[in-house]
Amino acid sequence: MTPHSDDSNRRAAAVAEKDVAAPADPTAVGRELAATGTILRIDGLRTYFHGDESVVKAVDGVSLDVPRGRTMCVVGESGCGKSITARSVLGLIDPPGRIEGGHLWWHPDPEAPAVDLAGLDPRGDAIRQVRGGQIGMVFQEPMASLSPMYTIGDQLVQAIRLHRAVTPAEARELAIAQLRRVGIPQPERRFDAYSFQLSGGMCQRVMIAIALSCDPALLIADEPTTALDVTTQARILDLIAQLQEETGMSVMFITHDLGVVAEIADDVTVMYLGTAAEQGSVTDIFDRPRHPYTQALLASVPTLGQARKERLAAIAGMVPSPENRPVGCPFHTRCPSVMPGLCDVTAPAVRPLGDRHAAACHLLDPGLQRPPVTAPPAAPATAPVAAAPPAAAGAVPPATEPLLSVRGLRMTFPVKKGFFGRTVGHVQAVDDVDLDVFPGETLGLVGESGCGKTTLGRCIVRALDPTAGTVLYRDPDTGAAVDLARLGPKELRPYREQVRVIFQDPFGSLNPRKTLLQLISEPLRRIHSAKLDSTVEDQVAAMLRRVGLRPEYLRRYPHAFSGGQRQRINIARALITRPRLVIADEAVSALDVSIRAQILNLLRDLQDEYRLTYLFISHDLSVVEHACDRVAVMYLGRIVEQARTVDLFRGPRHPYTEALLSAVPVPDPHLRGAGRRIRLADELPDPSAPPPGCRFHTRCPHRQETRCDTESPALARAGAGDGPAHLAACHFSTTLALRGVAGPTGDEEGTRP
Amino acid sequence: MAAFLARRLLYMVPTVFLISLVAFVIIQLPPGDYLTTLVAQYAAQGESLDQAQLDALNQRYGLDDPFYVQYWKWISGILFHLDFGQSFEWSRSVSSLLADRLPLTMALAGLTLLLTWIVAVPLGAYSAVRQYSIGDYLATTIGFLGLATPNFLLALVMLWVAFSTFGLSVGEANPVTFAIAILVLGTAGTAGLIRILRANLLDELRKPYVVAARAQGLPEGRLLVRYPLRVAMNPFFSTIGWLLPSLVGGEVIVATVMNLNTVGPLLLGALRSQDMYLAGSIILILGVLTVVGTLISDIALAWLDPRVRLRYR
Repeated sequence: MTPHSDDSNRRAAAVAEKDVAAPADPTAVGRELAATGTILRIDGLRTYFHGDESVVKAVDGVSLDVPRGRTMCVVGESGCGKSITARSVLGLIDPPGRIEGGHLWWHPDPEAPAVDLAGLDPRGDAIRQVRGGQIGMVFQEPMASLSPMYTIGDQLVQAIRLHRAVTPAEARELAIAQLRRVGIPQPERRFDAYSFQLSGGMCQRVMIAIALSCDPALLIADEPTTALDVTTQARILDLIAQLQEETGMSVMFITHDLGVVAEIADDVTVMYLGTAAEQGSVTDIFDRPRHPYTQALLASVPTLGQARKERLAAIAGMVPSPENRPVGCPFHTRCPSVMPGLCDVTAPAVRPLGDRHAAACHLLDPGLQRPPVTAPPAAPATAPVAAAPPAAAGAVPPATEPLLSVRGLRMTFPVKKGFFGRTVGHVQAVDDVDLDVFPGETLGLVGESGCGKTTLGRCIVRALDPTAGTVLYRDPDTGAAVDLARLGPKELRPYREQVRVIFQDPFGSLNPRKTLLQLISEPLRRIHSAKLDSTVEDQVAAMLRRVGLRPEYLRRYPHAFSGGQRQRINIARALITRPRLVIADEAVSALDVSIRAQILNLLRDLQDEYRLTYLFISHDLSVVEHACDRVAVMYLGRIVEQARTVDLFRGPRHPYTEALLSAVPVPDPHLRGAGRRIRLADELPDPSAPPPGCRFHTRCPHRQETRCDTESPALARAGAGDGPAHLAACHFSTTLALRGVAGPTGDEEGTRP
Repeated sequence: MAAFLARRLLYMVPTVFLISLVAFVIIQLPPGDYLTTLVAQYAAQGESLDQAQLDALNQRYGLDDPFYVQYWKWISGILFHLDFGQSFEWSRSVSSLLADRLPLTMALAGLTLLLTWIVAVPLGAYSAVRQYSIGDYLATTIGFLGLATPNFLLALVMLWVAFSTFGLSVGEANPVTFAIAILVLGTAGTAGLIRILRANLLDELRKPYVVAARAQGLPEGRLLVRYPLRVAMNPFFSTIGWLLPSLVGGEVIVATVMNLNTVGPLLLGALRSQDMYLAGSIILILGVLTVVGTLISDIALAWLDPRVRLRYR
């Protein structure tokens, strides 16, 4: 970053001018890149999208270096231009987008001159040689990135034959070897499988196999694990690291997950609104963040082991749309240390801060009469909540009766096959589940996808009709208990307002043709058949204000809102009937870290205010640890462990819980490796033919031949020392020494400002 | 695949049975039966049928029998002897009439379908790939013109142009008229298909697998044909189902205007003169064609799209 940052300085100061620095001599650049050990230098890249009326500056002057043979992580919230930067490298920007300026110096061979990829015709032959041949790319949605019309073998063979002169038979051999290399079991058989017959993790392995089939010098991975389970994510990250070790390739890894960054990165670039805010080595970024945005991002991550019920430091507001990018420093609208008259006028220059560490912030200007602020940016938000949760919130009140008692709940889906669509088997999505939810608590429900947690939630709200079992709901006002599983549609109606759901997808769950008023008042009108009069409008307006939206938005349509705001609308719609129990089904999974922190804080405030009970379904263990009083872990339709959050995370009593916990990336690069990883062997077994005995025994590292594969363990008290609420379904729960996560340690707190 | 095919064929049986019932009801719909119409017709011409003849006919059609016996006689005649009954307007058997007309009709329909595809696929693909280009607007405009212009008007104009400008003989069944008919019938279908393909392809072009394939270094042309176009073609195969009968039945006006000996004008005439056996038979054949067309498109879809073949069994 040394000689090059001077260029950046000048360019940042003169954004309006086109390409001030023009040392476009490939040979000279090549020598310079070889000297610094850089394989790809993105230099002042500007990618704009030309709309009818406005120009969207998705990437606006990003400069970053990808070092040879190392892993560079690009991190930032969505809408920061990370993906567009990655796609620009390979010329994959669809019209009306265009690279407007800057250089993409690509330098795979240290002896040869560098190539400016930005200067190549995106439809020409030259860039096609680079794509796949020299730079491989992996995308976010593995399923959708493979064509459903061809077998994965065909697609792999095609990729190989594009860049290598081999016969089809040789290509087939190479393809099978490649599939084996990325850890696909039985590659000869999988060769003829289609993408939709494989799991997401398998598809991502295939994508990696395709991307690496021609031994590229650089792998660009665009959020490759975002759509996957933690356990799968851990294995894919391992795979990428292992392949990098084998081939010595460089990796540019785009993610929004700081845990992943801490796990794999050598170097980090933090992007904000199309520019690089800060870059440096992973320890620089995590231990000595200098840009307020980096500091705020780090503060808003819920980490395993962090004290529960502590408010998360959310970044105020959200990423502005690139169409109305702020003048001056792009971050000044959300920056806690904004200096009026400076930050909102001039864009800060990139300042070198030592070895490969640089940040673009006015605070770092040595000429400025103000010491760099390193205090936590969102300090007011981290203040302990004094009035809020009642002292008893930590422990489960033992005397009270549960609000909801689920007993022996089963949900079975038939599998139909053959000539007459006969039922040949059953998928036990939920199999004999017992669960108590106590008033005022937040119960977390975790597990890999396909374990039945969503089905369980839907059975409780009676979006599905359970096959067997009872769902006993105790009305907190009258004390009368009703079995929701037995009620008909009419009798259910009064309970529909007491038990509400917040859905995962903030985009799919709101009808785009209805205004907020119609959307939020809908439950009122459906249940009370209330007329849409002014009292309803007042109620909706009050609720909007309560969830942090302006009441003026009443007549707007959902498309005008961002993901976080839509989730607020969803919360408003769930709470408008004053429910007692709210089932939050992955309610924050689709949101960015900073927005997620805002929503989690909001949910917490509302819980205190409306005396809500939450059933919090999530696959994100760090969020669950932060938000929940108790946690239940599900595996293949059964609950395998259930305990108070702190007990479960510190001392898990089921090997599955231990494996889940160890798969979560910890946002601290110093804890990387450290021998704490447990990798589950296989994918989830076929739920229509669950393994006999303990369902987890096929993947369990602690399996013992004597009992596990024959005898099914019951959910029972685990360990003498644990409280009565700690239940686990494992034969050896009392004897196994399982590792949980460490508590908040002194040095961890100390390293983070 | 075999099970899929067998099940689809099995599903056809009740559908075809229902269609035949409806066709038979239509035949029975006009007041009086076939014989009274026939007698009236003869009487109008000053002739008369003797009782023996009447009895023979009565016997043959089972006119005194209950509905289901009559239906059985009718349907078994069709199934076992291809005997669709008698057209009294033409005084010929319906099957021989249809045998005269059907080949030309099917040829017309097939060639029109072919023309539609040959024109619509490249134009639709071009419109999608070069969205909002001049070529896209041109194709869209031509498409809308084709959709909006009434077929018979276009037919008349083209006949007139062929006659006055090129001095070709038109107005009777000859290759020139036939070609004009194909062109006229093709325009409307083409316009619709261009729009369908453009919309589908635009959806597909934005799918991640297209970007992923491009990131492998696939050339644009091969990429387009192998990946998004192949998926976007699915609705084309679905259209076979309703395109077949609509081509057979939909050319009524055009064929009437152009004086072509196809099934369309025959059906029109039969309906106007209450020649119910002829009309009912054509309706039956059109109905069965729809079912067969749907079957063909389903098989084509399953054959071409592994998702249909393997997932939705």
